[in-house]
Amino acid sequence: MSAAIKETIRSFIVENFLFGDEAGLPGDAESLIAGGIIDSTGVLELVAFIEEQFGFTVADSDIVPANLDTIEAIAGYVGRNASAAVAA
Amino acid sequence: MCGLAGYIGNVAEPERLLAAMGDAIAHRGPDGRGLKVIAPSGSAPGAGLSHVRLSIVGLADSAQPMLSEDGALAIAFNGEIFNYVELREELVARGHRFRTSGDTEVLLKLYEIYGAECLSRLNGDFAFAIWDGRTKRMMLARDRMGVRPLFYTEKAGTLYFASEVKALLAIPGFHATLDPFALDQVFTLWSPIAPRTAFEGVFELEAGNYMIADASGRRISTYWSLDFPDAGDVRLDMDENEKAAQLRHLLEDATRIRLRADVPVGSCLSGGLDSSIVAALAADMAPRGLDTFAITFDSAEHDESSFQTLMARHLGVKHHEINCSEADIAAAFPDVVRLAEKPLIRTAPAPMYRLSSLIRETGMTVVLTGEGADEVFAGYDLFKEAKVRRFCARQPGSKIRPHLFRKLYPYLPGLQKQSAEYLAAFFGADAAPLSDPLFSHRPRLRGTAAAKLFFSGDLKSKLAGYDAADDMIAQLPERFGRWHPLHQAQYLETRFLMPGYILSSQGDRMAMGNGVEGRFPFLDHRLVEFAATLSPSMKLKGLKEKYLLRKSMADKLPAEIAYRVKQPYRAPDSRAFSGAVAQEQVHAVLDQRRVAGDGFFNAAAVDKLVQKCAGQTAPSFRDDTAFIGVLSTQMWLDIFKGTNRRASEAA
Repeated sequence: MSAAIKETIRSFIVENFLFGDEAGLPGDAESLIAGGIIDSTGVLELVAFIEEQFGFTVADSDIVPANLDTIEAIAGYVGRNASAAVAA
Repeated sequence: MCGLAGYIGNVAEPERLLAAMGDAIAHRGPDGRGLKVIAPSGSAPGAGLSHVRLSIVGLADSAQPMLSEDGALAIAFNGEIFNYVELREELVARGHRFRTSGDTEVLLKLYEIYGAECLSRLNGDFAFAIWDGRTKRMMLARDRMGVRPLFYTEKAGTLYFASEVKALLAIPGFHATLDPFALDQVFTLWSPIAPRTAFEGVFELEAGNYMIADASGRRISTYWSLDFPDAGDVRLDMDENEKAAQLRHLLEDATRIRLRADVPVGSCLSGGLDSSIVAALAADMAPRGLDTFAITFDSAEHDESSFQTLMARHLGVKHHEINCSEADIAAAFPDVVRLAEKPLIRTAPAPMYRLSSLIRETGMTVVLTGEGADEVFAGYDLFKEAKVRRFCARQPGSKIRPHLFRKLYPYLPGLQKQSAEYLAAFFGADAAPLSDPLFSHRPRLRGTAAAKLFFSGDLKSKLAGYDAADDMIAQLPERFGRWHPLHQAQYLETRFLMPGYILSSQGDRMAMGNGVEGRFPFLDHRLVEFAATLSPSMKLKGLKEKYLLRKSMADKLPAEIAYRVKQPYRAPDSRAFSGAVAQEQVHAVLDQRRVAGDGFFNAAAVDKLVQKCAGQTAPSFRDDTAFIGVLSTQMWLDIFKGTNRRASEAA
């Protein structure tokens, strides 16, 4: 399941932030901010994507780098909050 | 205010070349033309000057190129020497005689007496070329702040120079090529780092510099550069009232001498503090009343018309305004790129071009503006941001301190929803070392450089190992490290972005595109030097910007203006291209095959960017930057690449 979530996140990042350039995809544990991939608007784009894709609302207090700044963290966060939605 | 061009060396058909160079910059000087082959080809070296004239001072008798009485010297001059009245009186008292009433002859006489030393006597915005037949040398010089432009290139041993690169395209056999390193610099610092320009092999004479060229080569020297006291030497016991009074006196005098002209002088009014101050001072000094000019926007986010109207009523001036819609920005953008002559990552120059058309239509050719106050008196948000970042860095991981970032940018909706952790991460509060000379500018540089994502693999490999920010560091003076952090930030802004973007792409080029001259009281070097000695807290007090300036001018301004928090001048960027007509234009310029053919960008990624921006009301900083950067670069290529034909026709 986690692998599927990661793949979904990766393809969103490639399409939305890297405009199809897969070579620019950071490693699962690399910071999206430090890599220049996400800025303040980008975070909100990511939140909107998670909500639409995984069917839960991201609480304001959850919008922190610990949950959203690496592919690994995002997958873990989504996994904890949307297990029901993605199990299908 | 005018345009100049010329050469030193040997040219096959000198008259024809000088005429063509003048044609290319005719917009800078619609009131008169002149050219002169001073030293014929075959002499060592040959020399010629070309001049296009916008008549402002000495209307009837100051045609150029102008020769000295004995014919040994010749000058082509763009700009103004504001203190020419005092300089002329001084020379007359010493027995010198003048044939004309203008500043050109005063400058020529000063050079005749003092040589290059004359530069330190001048208070003005200028770029000029003087041929000295006595020594067979050409001297090129530029004002201290970089208000007036001067470019040069060398071909087959001949040095060519001009107010705009367009004129250099007239050189036989010259082919314009986009410099990949300049592009990297634009996508980092918003402009190439002087002396580099967007054109490979074309250079700009830097602000505060002069060049002596003769048969043996050329030497560039610096006669002025911005300096600050060492941090340890900054006086903290300054009397605030006394300093405010000095500031007021200097600013009044800077404005007074900038109203000198044989034509009426107007004033721009943005609604902000700086232009309001200048307009208030000018209104007091204009015997026949003052005309003010403003740009308005449809979007509440950018529009400041309520403040403009308030200030105009307060002063009782004749106020003119022109609206700039998103469609207007898109329609003007190719002309803007043609005039700016470099890729841009913002559309903000476009409304300035529209504003200068309003000024011209009103029949005026000279305006004062508030430009420079944010650099000189620390008005930009970046200065506050750097201060908050230092504050946060003192307690890493603080959940409270990063909330200050939100307060800095009330006009950025994307930031308002962010957590303290994200705010700290975006602004690099925990990352950039305090010892980094570019500490103040890192978030901006990093945010802009994110748009390099769209560079093609080819371009990336050409640039491998190159970093524009390192290049910037390499140009810093040795004493930089001893200055207070605010002064370091002010230096970076004043040395790089101000001449490279603000005064050129947004200033001289947009105004002169319509034959209008801007004058900037805040950039009077006496005021700049005075402000440099002020303690940092007199400029940025807490998070209150331009503290001493407000204090010194509060009695002339309504409270709503005097205590207004700085709103940066911005215009709609990618959103300006969302209309149907603009979309057609975008698809033509960013056609996938053309983008791929030029080879600078990843065409498939650009295609996706165009789609993403078209569907978005609030694009991210990175996407906006990339969209405008790629679009303007492709427009630049369409206009300038390869041949000189299209460019000179269009001017």
